[in-house]
Amino acid sequence: MTAAANARARTATAKKIRQFVTPEGVDLQLRIASAGLRFGALITDLIIISAALLLFTLFMIWVGVAGGNGIAMTIWMLGFFLLRTFWFIGFELGSRAATPGKRLMGIRVVARDGGRLTADAVVARNLIRELELFLPLMMLGNGTAEDTVSGWTVVAGVVWSLTLSLFLLFNRDRMRMGDLIAGTWVVMAQRVKLDSDIATAQDAQAMQFSDAELAVYGIFELQELERVLRTKDPRAMREVADTIRAKIGRPVAEEDDVFLLSYYRQLKARLERGLLLGKRREDKYASE
Amino acid sequence: MSAAGLPSFSTSRFREEREADWIAFDLLLTKLEKRGAKALTSEELLELPILYRATLSSLSIARATSLDKALLDHLEALSIRGYFLVYGVRETRWSRTRRFFLYDWPAAVRAVWKETIIIALVIILGALTSYSLVAHNPEWYFNFVDEGMSGGRDPRATVEFLQSTIGHGKAAAADKEEDALHIFAAFLFTHNSGVSIMSFALGFAFGVPTMMLEYYQGISLGAMVAVFAGKGLGFDFGGWLFIHGTTELFAAALSGAAGLRIGTAVVFPGARGRLEAASIAGRTAGKVMVGVILMLLVAGLLEGFGRQLITDTLLRYGIGTLMLLFWLAYYYIPRREDVA
Repeated sequence: MTAAANARARTATAKKIRQFVTPEGVDLQLRIASAGLRFGALITDLIIISAALLLFTLFMIWVGVAGGNGIAMTIWMLGFFLLRTFWFIGFELGSRAATPGKRLMGIRVVARDGGRLTADAVVARNLIRELELFLPLMMLGNGTAEDTVSGWTVVAGVVWSLTLSLFLLFNRDRMRMGDLIAGTWVVMAQRVKLDSDIATAQDAQAMQFSDAELAVYGIFELQELERVLRTKDPRAMREVADTIRAKIGRPVAEEDDVFLLSYYRQLKARLERGLLLGKRREDKYASE
Repeated sequence: MSAAGLPSFSTSRFREEREADWIAFDLLLTKLEKRGAKALTSEELLELPILYRATLSSLSIARATSLDKALLDHLEALSIRGYFLVYGVRETRWSRTRRFFLYDWPAAVRAVWKETIIIALVIILGALTSYSLVAHNPEWYFNFVDEGMSGGRDPRATVEFLQSTIGHGKAAAADKEEDALHIFAAFLFTHNSGVSIMSFALGFAFGVPTMMLEYYQGISLGAMVAVFAGKGLGFDFGGWLFIHGTTELFAAALSGAAGLRIGTAVVFPGARGRLEAASIAGRTAGKVMVGVILMLLVAGLLEGFGRQLITDTLLRYGIGTLMLLFWLAYYYIPRREDVA
């Protein structure tokens, strides 16, 4: 990776980060959820809703044999409407502000102004979903049902309604029409387990590196190294270890994990010392 | 100088010292998410803001001093989770519901009164247009009302048939099974809600599609009235319509008003930014829309059950008027605002 590519990747992530200062004055740096995650969450929710409806219908048919058929049908019709409309509203009003699909994808709804997510905002953003989801379908349905409408009119209608549905692709904040109207955002809210601290526990066989040997890398490389150490894939470790050895001119003498772990600890200590003194070296291309 | 000269402050020691707090906060949040604020003891409740602040301060320190990505990510996720729980839960569901019915819903409806009048005029205009057209030339009817929706209620129908469709005469009760009633009510409710949600949701397009939808509703209404009035059934049809129509048309007008509110906010944002104005209007409109769906549920019940079971025209008028008065009083009688 070159310096330019590195910088590009960093600005791309920075573009998704929104300042979100709590009353305590800490910036939480919320990250906007990507369109792919949003779509995945929607599909998951729709699958769950249809599955629930199917089960419910089967149950109703089973009941319907005993009782009147009409009751089953009524409940089904109402059930479909209520489930479709209130599934999203109900879950997003909960303390986690996310439907099961959103939870699975690790995203949640928040109010754009940093305040509390109000019930009316949740209602507004979800009633507009009705439009975004069903208008293109309705346009298609209308076109095929009536022969009087020409093909081009149908295409125009579908395209027009799709621009509404795909609105979130056309703005930086990935807001759909509903988010726009309700004043909300969808942001990342994953849970991250606290992994063990790999920088402690000095073992006896640790190697020592000179300052010049440690000076070749910056924070980006350090965190990549951390990732490799945490995933513990022997082939990746071998590759990384060989790269570092070649760079600092050390022979292959010790085990890869011992080498990498000592290098990581000393590089981290060195860079953190720099941080304390106000020097943040983003990557190996940045000057000391 | 190499690793031998570690600074006296080390991020590992920082983590060792604070980790217990983070774990405790994590456990508390999980408990809060799973079982709500009621499940916490008073000690835990008192601890919650302390642990929250400790975690936020840890995050600040970690950002400034630590390069451990796993630690940073964990603290960030924990703080975000904590922030939304600590600042999110302020009201119980019950008190929120109570406030909605007592204050928020009527207040939201009052706030859109101008839009409500405009939409009501649009509906009336639609009804008058189609009424005068159909009254002059019944052929117009087929341009306005869909064949499937009218179910044979068109100018070619006989007086007896029309009478039967509004629940009078011999054929009325006989051909309707008991079962059909609630299917009918459910269908009407879902259909009407769909139309209302659409006319609300299309509001952001400067309110134009909303007004068109409402105009169209008025048109089919006027055309129907013209057909029945032409056969001398105007009074009976009025009763048939009135029993649920006051609630349903009121709800339709409110949904249109909610849409129009968003449309006008987008076109004339005033001193605010366009986005901000739209989101403020959207919140008011959202409250109105919950009310609209509830009103339509009532209308669906009145239409599906009340109308089929009550066949006396005067009684139908009475119930319709009562409902209208009820809604008007509920929405527009001034009351002291909720201070809580």
